[in-house]
Amino acid sequence: MEVIQSGMGTLIQQPAINEFREWNRQKPKALIDKRMTEAEAVSRFIKDGDYIGTELYGTVRCPMSLVNEIVRQGIKDLRVAGQGVLELDMLLAASLVKELDLTYIGLEVYGVSNVLRREVESGRVKNCVEWSNAGITWRFKATAIGVPFIPVRSMLGTDTLKYSAAKVVECPFTGDPICLVPALILDVGLIHVHRADKYGNAQIEGISGFSAELARSSKRLLISAEEIVDNEVIRQQPDRTIIPYYLVDAVIEAPYGSHPGEMCYNYRRDESQIREWVEASKDPQTTESYLDKYIYSVKDHQEYLELIGSEHLEDLKLGGE
Amino acid sequence: MSHAESQDYKPAELLICTASRLMLDNTTAFIGTGIPMLAASLAQRMHAPNLVTIFEFGGTGALLDELPIAVGGQSTFQRAIAATGICDVMETAQRGFIEYGFLGGAQIDPFGNLNSTVIGDYRHPKVRLPGSGGGNDVGSHCWQTIAIMRHDTRRFVEEVDFITTPGYLSGPGTREAAGLPPDTGPFRVVSNLAVLGFHPQSKRMMLLATQPGVSVEDVIENTGFDLVIAEEVESNPPPTEDELQLLRGEIDQDGLYI
Repeated sequence: MEVIQSGMGTLIQQPAINEFREWNRQKPKALIDKRMTEAEAVSRFIKDGDYIGTELYGTVRCPMSLVNEIVRQGIKDLRVAGQGVLELDMLLAASLVKELDLTYIGLEVYGVSNVLRREVESGRVKNCVEWSNAGITWRFKATAIGVPFIPVRSMLGTDTLKYSAAKVVECPFTGDPICLVPALILDVGLIHVHRADKYGNAQIEGISGFSAELARSSKRLLISAEEIVDNEVIRQQPDRTIIPYYLVDAVIEAPYGSHPGEMCYNYRRDESQIREWVEASKDPQTTESYLDKYIYSVKDHQEYLELIGSEHLEDLKLGGE
Repeated sequence: MSHAESQDYKPAELLICTASRLMLDNTTAFIGTGIPMLAASLAQRMHAPNLVTIFEFGGTGALLDELPIAVGGQSTFQRAIAATGICDVMETAQRGFIEYGFLGGAQIDPFGNLNSTVIGDYRHPKVRLPGSGGGNDVGSHCWQTIAIMRHDTRRFVEEVDFITTPGYLSGPGTREAAGLPPDTGPFRVVSNLAVLGFHPQSKRMMLLATQPGVSVEDVIENTGFDLVIAEEVESNPPPTEDELQLLRGEIDQDGLYI
């Protein structure tokens, strides 16, 4: 197959698909209790320099309690799949990110991410490689399928491709140029779900985002859940299980785990808290004060929730399904 | 209900109303973040109750009773036809099922290429913007894309600093040569000064209609490249009282966007 064009971006993580198979081979297949705290899960499974990814994103079903714990433990030099809002803002705000496969980091309705700007424009993020949202998700899909790359028709002809690590080849079947995106294998994936059992069988309500793909492309997978349910609850509705237990390494009970983001059917996003962050993030000092108040000065997620206040959290709750 | 034309509206409201009128009933439309969401919500209330909205993280066919704030938020699949995931949505677009794609960007060039990645040099950016997100995918796979932009010479530029999302790249035939699906590309650009299209042969941006109170000269003056001018430039009608009432009273009551 003739390579017509190679993106100039570096391959931050190698698509070592055989090694990934070996990894999966040795993962325990027994139903074992994987419940633990955020602190234990993060210290056991994430180390400096790891390549991590989160799902869904910042203001929607996001593993904020786990991300806050990463910031609290100061796990640094992270390489990150950059599709996010508040969660990646926190990691960037604490200067824990070294390299980014970047598709979107912004504040949606509130505009550009101030901390992304500071970290990238200053060069503290050493390396950015560009992708489209579908491009990066299809990279997860390639890993999930168990192949080293997947052909896609995104990114062609653009600078997004030029600054990616994708390649354009002549399709051996049609003769047309086609973009190949390499499998993205995560050292650690973090996903927040509506419910999981103690083994890690996880179910999600509403849209599933890219949870299925991200879960299947993670070597180690941390699942935080609004609710830990009995295994029998999972077995009553197996069609809802998006993430089966054998993919999972840790299960963390985290009510309001997506706060200040939303959790569909459970609670809405906390607009005042999000605005507080947007304002704080505009200046390095107020950014630091925010991290200090909401992350460094609280022991764990429980203490964070106490700081936010039960009355305030109650107001965010949505009516029954 | 009043179809009377209003004289009193903000630029954002004009953009939303103009974009909304381009959203047709019984069509599939990929809705990007921001103004496209408000336009879709307005279109469903005004003239397109069966506009099938598609949001990148899996919401398909939502009835936008409540304004989405995030492209993955609950309102993007409220009373929807399906709540799937990003792969399903992007693959649906790649298979050719999505007719229109509505997008924004920081810069646009004569061929409709969009930049939402960096201002300045890529390696030493003056401003690091959020990045492609789903923008590049929408511009690659939807049959016709519609960009919604504020209009000035900093945004309408001869050459964008970075092509995040493909328009007609460097002219006729270049999309196909790059491997993008044939017969796709930019369809309209909606700005606070004008509605623009693309010349069928040269694929360069072409002025089709001016917004209320705006002259052809105003548009030319605020565009950083030579525009093709249609033989007959039409006048775009202003927002109606009905549209503004819906926007202000129902769709964006909290004034998040307007």
